[in-house]
Amino acid sequence: MKITQHATDTTLTLALNGELDASSSVLLDTELSKPEILRTQKVLIDCQQLNYISSAGLGVFISHLQTFQDANVKLVFFNMQEKVRNVFEILGLDSLMTIVPSEADAAAV
Amino acid sequence: MQHAIRISCNRRNLKVVRDFVADYLAGQQLSEVVVNQLILAVDEVVANFIIHSNAEDEKQFLDVRVDVHNRELGFEIEDGTVSGFSPGPYQEPDLREFVRVGKKGGVGMMLVNRIMDRVEYSTSGEHTICRLYKTLA
Repeated sequence: MKITQHATDTTLTLALNGELDASSSVLLDTELSKPEILRTQKVLIDCQQLNYISSAGLGVFISHLQTFQDANVKLVFFNMQEKVRNVFEILGLDSLMTIVPSEADAAAV
Repeated sequence: MQHAIRISCNRRNLKVVRDFVADYLAGQQLSEVVVNQLILAVDEVVANFIIHSNAEDEKQFLDVRVDVHNRELGFEIEDGTVSGFSPGPYQEPDLREFVRVGKKGGVGMMLVNRIMDRVEYSTSGEHTICRLYKTLA
């Protein structure tokens, strides 16, 4: 798992590259746990190169979602592959989290 | 014909198991979404055995076997420890509550139970075996 960051004044974009499982999810958790992330308005997760996600990866997002909402930080996923989106859908997480098709859609949220 | 692999209890071997399952399923003419679901179900059970049953003790091993009979796909994950991960009667967790309290774990078996047709745990001597079944379309 490789995580590439791009930050503007209001938005932090994390591009995930690889497989997010019980072995690699700690990297993502470290990034989402940084205190400064709560000072941004929006965290965009670019999933184009995310080839796999297990419950450990989902758990990282679930565990931070309420903290983000309490801090008025929007968490938005985009460019998600069908097989990865399907995993969110199996649990119904697509109704609890914001998943949009493209980066332009994510910017408009 | 049955296919099998043995791994040591290191979470880095989750990728090894996923590749093993993917290689087997490549010959089954399944969609990418279904293949990913089946890989995920096995990955979740193996991760539980590695992390919760064996505390990532690399001296311990898991055996993963896969076979198909009459379009029913069967996975068998065997843990050689006494205290194998064996969940009680399955209950669907409340995801909204997980979000509210910031819970990090607990959705793995929810995925497994929603993906597979049957999920069975059994013990034999000092071994715990999880069997997963799915009838292929």
